[in-house]
Amino acid sequence: MSATASQAAPAPTTARHPTGIRRGERLAGWLFVLPVILILGVFLFVPVPMALWVSFSDWSGRGSPLAPGVGFIGLENYGNITTGGGLAESNFGTSLRNNAWYVILVVPLQTALSLLLAVLVSRQILRGRGFFRTAFYFPSVTSSVAITVLWLFLFSTTGVVNQIIAWFGATGPNWFNEPRGLVHLALEGLGVTTPPAALTAGGFLGITWWDWLAGPSVAMFALILMAIFTTSGTFMLLFMAAIQSIDPSLAEAAMVDGANAWQRFWRVTLPQLRPALFTVLTLGLIGCWQVFDQIYTGTQGAPGNTTLTPAYLSYQAGFQDQKWGDGAAIAFILFLIIIAFTLLQRWVLRDKPVSRRRMRAYLTAGAAPSAAVPAASAETKKGATP
Amino acid sequence: MSQQTLPVALTPTPPPARAAGAGRRARRARLAIAAVALYVALVAIALLYIYPFLVQVATSFKTDADATADPVSLIPNPWSLAAYEKLFANSDFPLWFLNSAIVTVCVTLGRVFFVSLAGYALARLHFRGRATVFAIVVGVMAVPGVVLLIPKFLVLNQLGIYNTYIGMILPLLVDAAGVFIMKNFFESIPVSVEEQARIDGAGTFRIFWTVVLPMARPALITIVILSFQGSWNELAHFIVSASNPALTTLTKGVASLAAGALGSGNQYPLKLAAALIMTIPVAVMFFIFQRRIMNASEGAVKE
Repeated sequence: MSATASQAAPAPTTARHPTGIRRGERLAGWLFVLPVILILGVFLFVPVPMALWVSFSDWSGRGSPLAPGVGFIGLENYGNITTGGGLAESNFGTSLRNNAWYVILVVPLQTALSLLLAVLVSRQILRGRGFFRTAFYFPSVTSSVAITVLWLFLFSTTGVVNQIIAWFGATGPNWFNEPRGLVHLALEGLGVTTPPAALTAGGFLGITWWDWLAGPSVAMFALILMAIFTTSGTFMLLFMAAIQSIDPSLAEAAMVDGANAWQRFWRVTLPQLRPALFTVLTLGLIGCWQVFDQIYTGTQGAPGNTTLTPAYLSYQAGFQDQKWGDGAAIAFILFLIIIAFTLLQRWVLRDKPVSRRRMRAYLTAGAAPSAAVPAASAETKKGATP
Repeated sequence: MSQQTLPVALTPTPPPARAAGAGRRARRARLAIAAVALYVALVAIALLYIYPFLVQVATSFKTDADATADPVSLIPNPWSLAAYEKLFANSDFPLWFLNSAIVTVCVTLGRVFFVSLAGYALARLHFRGRATVFAIVVGVMAVPGVVLLIPKFLVLNQLGIYNTYIGMILPLLVDAAGVFIMKNFFESIPVSVEEQARIDGAGTFRIFWTVVLPMARPALITIVILSFQGSWNELAHFIVSASNPALTTLTKGVASLAAGALGSGNQYPLKLAAALIMTIPVAVMFFIFQRRIMNASEGAVKE
């Protein structure tokens, strides 16, 4: 029906100024976006207020949460997981601790590795470039479930990784059964076996400071390696695209000015990769706070709750323990955390005005090539999509 | 320096040329060493990336005892098809595969259609609220999916489509990122072609279907790749949309295998075989469209 709707509309002279007779087009426009709006609305917008309600209610999972019998209990669920003092609070604290360490290690490492890979495979003269790109990207297309199954095998007690470690005469850890944190293990190696009283006296969310500082457990560390392995390819593609859009004459100009490869990378290439860097850090940060598949498939939070993450805890609270209010509350706190981190990182990486000291350096140098760099980089940014 | 005073057009004097040649040779040697170092590094990293998958293939043909005793080896000793026999003859694996295939095909077809329809409207059609609709689509991209697990279940339950194919497929039919990609693509096509069709009296849908869509093939392929990969590899949504064993997909089924669903022992060949078969469709897809995937990030596909 939309096919005939706009037949009456005459050919517009310019696309920018609709003549008002294009009522058919307006109708078609709405019909075209309708399915998308409906599905997004029903499965993304309606669920949010509904879950918000559940997080403030005592719904037990029976019947509809909107049924009259379900009571409003205010912030009780939120209180339960943040100040309740019980298992719910310490589980939530533990999950935040685990995921925070995961983020701290995965985000910088995956960004650095993917940037390194992108730089390596973006060389002008590189034989087998296609092969290397394929090899690095392939883990990214496989499902997280399949990779987790593979990882459980590689890092099992008598698995591939430990066999290879054994070739070097060392004994590998009991990876997925080892709950001790890396920082604690390192301190133990330095002879610190009893925690200072100051760190065990206080705490946050039912976890002592000493335990917050434990570091990722060995089991979690295996999952951290997996995350780096599977995401570096995707982010490598993003960096590759950005590197290809850089104007090579800038690097040449820097080379003429006597900059070596290291300086060219840090002073010329990297500043121009800023938008790509921003994208990779944002996606990495958002992704890392949502660890779920790996935990569901691989460890279910074990050993000793050290691979428990907020996303998995939320699922567990709702679907397994039928504490839907707690689960929804955890999901909302997680949502806030992700938003907060995205904003924080946006603020840290904002375009800062050139500092006075640097401006003076530009002025005194006065050389044409260095002055041309900012202008030219603005040009390439615009010129990236001709 | 002395060269500057010489008439350049005359024959070059031998000494500077020789000096330059020596410098060039040293430089070339340095470059060669750097190149070798680069290749060694690349090959080492590539090995690190590929070896796990080779081990996976090899182990799926091993016996349980061999997989535990010699996990590093790439040659099964003895060869065994026990894992595959058990998967196909004595488990629900074929059912999981079928379910995954049904959902993936439906989601991919539906998504390509709806997403390009909406992308076209947002790029080309003038209607009130267009900017708002686009803002909503972009906003949705920022919502972390895992946060919506419980909310999605609540809605599916409320609508009475929990434990149905519809509940598994419908929420995946639309993907905000896809709308975004298609909108960008349609904006890059010149308007003139459509205007010609419009003058000829074609309606909006016919212009979209017969004129614009065929031109959008590269972008459509991107959407097909993303949808196929996304729905084939999806786990969380299937966990919250169905609990009926008859509706188990590969991701859910293999995850249950990992947790030891098919009997005791570590059964690595069985699990790895299941994970391997599950990887094959996306791997095939990847190798078919490899060139496009590798260039897909270059600003939403331009030919």
